[in-house]
Amino acid sequence: MSAQTPALRLEGIVKTFPGVRALDGVSFSVMPGEVHALMGENGAGKSTLMKVLGGIHQPNEGRIFIEEQPTHMGSPLEAKAKGVVFIHQELSLADELSAAENIYLGELPRKSFGRVDWDKLYADSGAILERLNCGFGPKTLVGSLSIANKQMVEIARALTVDAKAVIFDEPTASLTDAEKSVLFEVIADLKSRGVGIVYISHRMEEIFRISDRVSVLRDGSYRGTLNTAETNEDEVTQLMIGRSLDLTRNIEPANLGDIALEVRGLSCGDLFHDVSFNVRSGEVVGFYGLVGAGRTEIAETLFGLRNPSAGTILLDGNEVRIHSPIDAITSGISLVPEDRKEQGLVLGMNCRDNMTLPQVGDLTAGPFVSDGAEIAIFDQYRDKLEIKTPGWRQKVGNLSGGNQQKIVIGKWLSMRPRVLIVDEPTRGIDVGSKAEIHNLIRELAKSGYAVIVISSEMPEVLRVSDRVIAMFHGEIIREFTAEEVNEDNLVQAISGIRQDKVA
Amino acid sequence: MQTETRKRLIKDSAIWGFIVLELVFFSVAGHYLSLSENAFMDLDNMLLLLKQSAPIGIIALGMTIVMINGNIDLSVGATFALSAIVLLDSMTWPMFAGLGDWVIPIAWGLALLTGIVLGAINGLIVWKTGVDAFIVTLGSMLGFRGLVFMYNGEQPTFNLNWTLVDFAEANILGLETPTLFLLVCTVLFWLLMTRTVHGRNAYAIGDNREAAVNAGIRVGPHMMINFMIIGFLAALSSIVFYSASGSVNPNDGELYELWAITAVVLGGTKLTGGKGSLIATFGGVIAIQLLRKGLGHIGADTAMVNLVIGLILIAVLYMDRQLNRKGQGELKI
Repeated sequence: MSAQTPALRLEGIVKTFPGVRALDGVSFSVMPGEVHALMGENGAGKSTLMKVLGGIHQPNEGRIFIEEQPTHMGSPLEAKAKGVVFIHQELSLADELSAAENIYLGELPRKSFGRVDWDKLYADSGAILERLNCGFGPKTLVGSLSIANKQMVEIARALTVDAKAVIFDEPTASLTDAEKSVLFEVIADLKSRGVGIVYISHRMEEIFRISDRVSVLRDGSYRGTLNTAETNEDEVTQLMIGRSLDLTRNIEPANLGDIALEVRGLSCGDLFHDVSFNVRSGEVVGFYGLVGAGRTEIAETLFGLRNPSAGTILLDGNEVRIHSPIDAITSGISLVPEDRKEQGLVLGMNCRDNMTLPQVGDLTAGPFVSDGAEIAIFDQYRDKLEIKTPGWRQKVGNLSGGNQQKIVIGKWLSMRPRVLIVDEPTRGIDVGSKAEIHNLIRELAKSGYAVIVISSEMPEVLRVSDRVIAMFHGEIIREFTAEEVNEDNLVQAISGIRQDKVA
Repeated sequence: MQTETRKRLIKDSAIWGFIVLELVFFSVAGHYLSLSENAFMDLDNMLLLLKQSAPIGIIALGMTIVMINGNIDLSVGATFALSAIVLLDSMTWPMFAGLGDWVIPIAWGLALLTGIVLGAINGLIVWKTGVDAFIVTLGSMLGFRGLVFMYNGEQPTFNLNWTLVDFAEANILGLETPTLFLLVCTVLFWLLMTRTVHGRNAYAIGDNREAAVNAGIRVGPHMMINFMIIGFLAALSSIVFYSASGSVNPNDGELYELWAITAVVLGGTKLTGGKGSLIATFGGVIAIQLLRKGLGHIGADTAMVNLVIGLILIAVLYMDRQLNRKGQGELKI
């Protein structure tokens, strides 16, 4: 490989912001036809590095080479013109336009008098979509496409130029396993055409599945590059967090209490049907399944955000009717939602106010909210959950993902619920804090809460659950105990392969 | 973090800095340009300024609350006019004949009730239909104005009650009734928004409605209460204003919603909700009134005043945006 010229090379990149050295002499290169994974915890400098590469930030020091030619990236447009293309985590497509218009957005082919050359547009974009094996045509409205297909449009956009390097930033964040496989095929195809690929992801399994080399950033500095074939997850993790991390399962026989929550024959339209299960106090029940299997919808129904079409919910043996989050909260069911920032937190508010949000009505002295009572609650749960914040006045939006999640969890714990539902407990949270959140969930169960964990990450489900419920297409396919569950039977269950005979 | 704190300080006190700047500018410029003998920062002049700020100021307080909540109310001008008609006309209704001056509190009550009911209508529609408050109150602005015209056609509604005039011109410690109402309302509603559960929830709803729902907050009732508050304040504003004048034209209160929004935005309240302060709105109201009076003081006409206020509004929002943008660049590390 050393004989070749790298498609893209960064040398000694330094980028400082007021008070922070975000990148400290980072060097990095991608060969043509190589998938080079870039890893690092949140805040390690991956995004900044990519922004430097994309011309959004100008580096203070260091140089960028494309095919060994020193280059200056003045703007995102310039970067694209030079063959460096980004596939962003958050898609930037216009929903109301067709796939073709999106692919050539800003560069629509023209005829005289500024008229759009529609024939050429559809022909060219159709060819690209075909090359990507997309199942939709260039005239399809982007708004009607699935997230995976939207991503294909984004990739197609990248292919309109002669791309030397394509950068994927967390591309699988919202894809199902099947969609991932399609994406990986496209990446393999790009690779075989000699395009250099930078692949940024938090997910180890993906890194090991598709990358040739892995480079790790920590605290803005370069920590090393490993050949994927010659390394393992532990080694990469150690580089990332500077210590080794115990990711083994830590299920000790749970100290189970009575059944806290029982659900019988719960259905909701065509989202899920005839779902029955129970959760004991002191137990963590994991829900695993593909996106769209109905897990989040069950949580939303239990929390009163959706009305069930059939079925009963029992708390401590008594039937409860839940028509709104208020009903759920007063009955003792709490939900830590999937999307912390959109659904869980009021980002403009401080830590304390977020934590006391559901119960602030009970913390009054006369007509006014009692500062003292609020601070007492905040202090208690900050200490209990080890939330790292300079003080309660800190805006929640300025905390790290892990600490934000703890604020949401603390918010509900302070309400003393019977049942705590945690949807995607560690989405967007870095590796180090993940383990902390996992331990916290185990701790909560130990202290008597009935906990439901919904997750799309198998290691997470396996790690925290006493029992695992596998879902497929709105139905519970199988329930596993901690002893019998393993990666193989879980994958089979959520792909819709029934194997009752095995059980 | 240092720069973060400094930036917040700049933003939070910007409106007061602007007011000081205006005072200095008009005092100095007035010295050379003014035709009158009096200094601009004369106490009487400042007290008059406060009094003149009151009608828009009281409405702007309500507008701040509604905007913090993530809504907007374009119908306040019409509410203001309709409440004024009820105030003046109800005193002549035969059923209240023979009550003497006791008709005044009844007329006040009816006027305030009018404001509250109109606000409740807005709030109920926004709550139950889920249609954007901008559209709902755009409709009710036209509708309420229609009611105003239905009442007396193109004719003004006229009724001068001298006891009312005395009330409007009463004076405590040099502060006239409108000024007192503005000050008291500012403090009371500031307490409501910063110290009570309703205020806290209103901010939360404006900032992130979904998170508020998930925290078990009843979003609809809070929004409706806030629309009732702005209706109440629009009516209160008309009581303060029309007690002295005694005559309502059917076009009165037009554009008041826009002046109120201008003051609110100058004070730094966000159009998208979740952020804002009643004290800063009070500053915004004063700043606008200072500009009007000050420009008049140095000989500019109304057209010039409007032009300048418009330019300043855009300049303020541009500076706000710059400050916010740098803040984000710093966080994205």
